[in-house]
Amino acid sequence: MCLSIPSKVVKISEDETMCTVDTMGVKRDANLMMMEDGDVSLGDYVLLHIGFVMNKIDEEEALSSIDTYKEILNHMDEEERQRAILEDDECAARGATYTEEIKSNEGT
Amino acid sequence: MKELELKNLYDDFRDAKTIKAYAKIIAEDAKKLKRPINIMEVCGGHTHTIMKFGLPQLLPSNINFIHGPGCPVCIMPKERIDHAYVLSMQENVILVTLGDMIKIPGSNGSLQDARAKGADVRFVYSPMECIKIAHENPDKKVIFFAIGFETTTPMTAVLVKEVISKKIKNILFHINHVTVPEVMVELIDSRDVHVDSYNNEIDAFLGPSHVSVISGSKIYEKFPKDYERPVVVTGFEPVDAMQGISMIIKQFLEKRCELEIQYKRVVSYDGNLKAQDLINTYFEKMSLFRWRGIGNVPDSGLKLRDEYAQYDAEKVYSSVLPISQIEDHKLCICGDILRGMAKPKECTIFGTACKPTSPVGSCMVSSEGACAAYYKYGNLTFSTTT
Repeated sequence: MCLSIPSKVVKISEDETMCTVDTMGVKRDANLMMMEDGDVSLGDYVLLHIGFVMNKIDEEEALSSIDTYKEILNHMDEEERQRAILEDDECAARGATYTEEIKSNEGT
Repeated sequence: MKELELKNLYDDFRDAKTIKAYAKIIAEDAKKLKRPINIMEVCGGHTHTIMKFGLPQLLPSNINFIHGPGCPVCIMPKERIDHAYVLSMQENVILVTLGDMIKIPGSNGSLQDARAKGADVRFVYSPMECIKIAHENPDKKVIFFAIGFETTTPMTAVLVKEVISKKIKNILFHINHVTVPEVMVELIDSRDVHVDSYNNEIDAFLGPSHVSVISGSKIYEKFPKDYERPVVVTGFEPVDAMQGISMIIKQFLEKRCELEIQYKRVVSYDGNLKAQDLINTYFEKMSLFRWRGIGNVPDSGLKLRDEYAQYDAEKVYSSVLPISQIEDHKLCICGDILRGMAKPKECTIFGTACKPTSPVGSCMVSSEGACAAYYKYGNLTFSTTT
């Protein structure tokens, strides 16, 4: 499901094409090439989709959303929580397949 | 047992109180409606939210959901899947795509079947992974079979930009990007033409938020103005969906017909202008795209601009790609479901011959599809004690 957990930008590459974001404690890289130069700064909250920053999210709204997600994620075990966060910026279909793919690759 | 699972999920959600409050407001408002209203949620993401959280059970009977065609996998006609299959079987080709595309049966089989026959078919999380694959396989052609609506089109555009600027010679594109407003027009128009045979008139739309993060809400402006259908651009959380529905009902009660944004935390009227610019730089409208179950929809598909023809796998491999149109299995009603003319349970093979483990139609294959949502969540009911 496209829950759209807001991610916080914690690092920006020198050429500003990539950044590292923190999505509720899970860190990953995201592509910045869909955003105007200088549009995204450290500490901004952003919405991700298939590895790209799609847009910024208003900070107040982002923090309130994160509170909601914390409540949801608190009811999951660690494995579920990691997966839910990682798959969050995709639609359900892609997330499910991605996980299956990883599992099958790991198995081989 | 099933009831308990959903109840737990519902109770776990902090905003259960908000959802219930909205359900109450909607129920009160709906009593004042002069006639039942049909709300089409265009996006498969919304269909899943609606089914997963049992929203139809929370709403009064005069509010009906019609499921729309917004699943990039579901709307792919068989001949495009056949293109992917044929491309994957070419010598020295690595076919790369996103999502459940890999499982959809074409007329020769699915991409999964092609893989079983030795084809190199890969699924990626992000289109940018094609660059790494191309770099590691300099003797092969990497063909990115691009799918998706406005939401994913700019990501493909960024990949095209990188391929050109970095002079990468072994990445090609098969473009299947489609646009939402054009198919909404088609769904309205086709109903107007055959109005007698349809009982599922679309009265209003829930617009998918992620599309509008890119395109802005402006793409829906003509629906209230020219087609007298309100549109509320809505997020994917259950609370968002309930608020969007409530906003639509309020418009009917107040005799307004407007474009509104429920998901203001990320969506603006103009959207992401850089993303739109990237799309316009590399893509142009196709005169027609044939949607599965819906047919030809003018101006609803995109293709690479002619100046980038050397990267266009449809052109480079035109001699081997089939050109005939292929119809769906005659017992499958995915077409009617994608038009919002039927619900999955009206299909005679739903849950019997057609299941997620042995799907006949794309709406069951794709986990974003309406049939998959009904199969997974359709038997869930709310406990009256929740």
